[in-house]
Amino acid sequence: MKLSIGPIQYFWERQQVLDFYQQAADSAAEIIYLGEVICSKRRLVKLEDWFAIGDELKQAGKEVVLSSLTLLEAASEMSSLKKLCRNDSFMVEANDISAVQLLSTAGQSFVTGPSVNIYNSRSLNLLADKGLKRWVLPVELGLETLKDLQSQRPVGVETEVFALGRLPLAYSARCYTARSHNLPKDDCHFKCIDYPDGTLLKTREEQDFLILNGIQTQSALTHQVLDQLPELETLAVDILRISPQHKHTLEIIDIFDAGRNGADLEPLGKELLSLLPLGACNGYLVEQAGMHFGSENTHDTQQAI
Amino acid sequence: MELVCPAGNLPSLKAAVDNGADAVYVGFKDDTNARHFAGLNFTERTFEKAVRYAQDRGRKVYVAINTFPQPKGFDRWKTAVDQAEAYGVNALILADIGVLDYASSKFPDLRLHLSVQASVTSAEGIRFYHENFGIRRVVLPRVLSTRQVAHVITESPVPVEVFGFGSLCVMVEGRCLLSSYATGRSPNTYGACSPASHVRWEETGDGTNTRLNGVLIDHYGEGEKAGYPTLCKGRFQVGGHTFYALEEPTSLNTLSILPDLKKMGVSAIKVEGRQRSPAYVAQVTGVMRAAIDQCLKNPEAYQPKGQWMRELSDVSEGSQTTLGAYHRPWQ
Repeated sequence: MKLSIGPIQYFWERQQVLDFYQQAADSAAEIIYLGEVICSKRRLVKLEDWFAIGDELKQAGKEVVLSSLTLLEAASEMSSLKKLCRNDSFMVEANDISAVQLLSTAGQSFVTGPSVNIYNSRSLNLLADKGLKRWVLPVELGLETLKDLQSQRPVGVETEVFALGRLPLAYSARCYTARSHNLPKDDCHFKCIDYPDGTLLKTREEQDFLILNGIQTQSALTHQVLDQLPELETLAVDILRISPQHKHTLEIIDIFDAGRNGADLEPLGKELLSLLPLGACNGYLVEQAGMHFGSENTHDTQQAI
Repeated sequence: MELVCPAGNLPSLKAAVDNGADAVYVGFKDDTNARHFAGLNFTERTFEKAVRYAQDRGRKVYVAINTFPQPKGFDRWKTAVDQAEAYGVNALILADIGVLDYASSKFPDLRLHLSVQASVTSAEGIRFYHENFGIRRVVLPRVLSTRQVAHVITESPVPVEVFGFGSLCVMVEGRCLLSSYATGRSPNTYGACSPASHVRWEETGDGTNTRLNGVLIDHYGEGEKAGYPTLCKGRFQVGGHTFYALEEPTSLNTLSILPDLKKMGVSAIKVEGRQRSPAYVAQVTGVMRAAIDQCLKNPEAYQPKGQWMRELSDVSEGSQTTLGAYHRPWQ
């Protein structure tokens, strides 16, 4: 299995972005996704900068893919998307069906990200006919469904699994980070820059529940599939995606690199847990509530049913 | 502008038709539609009656088959498509690419609408579904501003339907997994958000807690009316403040902008609420009918009547309505 680094979900300082990819160039990850996928107002790194970063990573031997914006609303966002899809240097990850349309009608091969809904083989096959080369399993689907989808996978299509990161759960017209500062979205003061791992939302009894990241809502817990690496290997998953977090991403890549090369998973799992901001979850993979982790069942789904 | 109203059962369908809906949308009694609630929706027998009742009176019936099947369940979605077609419904409302592919290949003449669950916000996206499956209408998510809706309409290859009234999804539909994160069940996979099977109401010393699979969604003090724990409409803590961090319990109400919607070329107005009572359907359909008629007759002079606004507020979540705007943190 290859390792990929997913697009940065957060709004980071420009220098931090540049430093991150400089380090990523020396990492064990074979594939790197670049670009702004959450908010078109985050412009510290511009499209030309992403191309430049991409060129450098390519020279370092990485496969580079440019990721598209997930929720398109304004006409200006569509113009940027068209520009992105017209590029002839890198493959594009479509995070919305409009990108699929632009790429397929232009005869370009493409990747679909986790927010493009491919839940069954008929959908996967149709998109393969349109030029799909790789797809990311929607994060709420589990191993059983993945198994069924893999058994009928079209020839030449690679499967990628969101292997580590806070789960992308929802997108809105509303900016929750601005809202939490009582600011309107169109005058948000770019507050996201103060939260390089997003803003924590807790329940009224202090349970860490969600993360606000601009217009995106994520899980507070970090989804991780380390324990399931053998199953994913058996199911012929091609790529494991590591979604960048503010700190320790490179160390996490090393852990998954060791894991895919057969190292003992138990100590790796412990080490991994110490690197995550607020603990882990993996429920989706085992057909449970996404927030569940391992065999611990503090909020018992079965009981509630 | 066509008025499209919800019906979760036969009495609601009759209420919609009798109060002036041009079309009624319904679902089957399983997870093939996004209102998969206990006691709701149509069996084959009631479905036949429903179609007859509406069509005998010159109204249309649309069937929502708008969830996302996984391989093991795909046959259920095929059956739903076949059944709806066999009863001669006027259109199917679909979201999944695989289901759209099935329906358009098997029944090329069947009218297909793209569900809001397909999460399409641009003309390019609409073109994908139009070119591949021949969809003849699209329902837009509730995340676009009126100006953005107008822009989509000018470029869309097919007519556009928008939501006019009802509970508000503040997240873009079809790509919201909050519910399955907490419960394992989402609108996409199961056809329900914050499912009742996982809800717990808990009396405490000082009021009521509402929980979703154990997660505290809100706490209501003595005398405060406790609402259903829809995940995005609870009060949470962010940065030391407790407030409706995602969305207030409130309903969308477009009465005040009907002339704008008409002017920009909206083809149909949808009312949310298949899970609501026949009384709700009757009330909202009646008000929307009167308002749309008034607006079509004389858009320049149109003003939403106070009585309409009151009637709609009475059946709204938290008794308040919104066009989607500012907020103040709740302390």
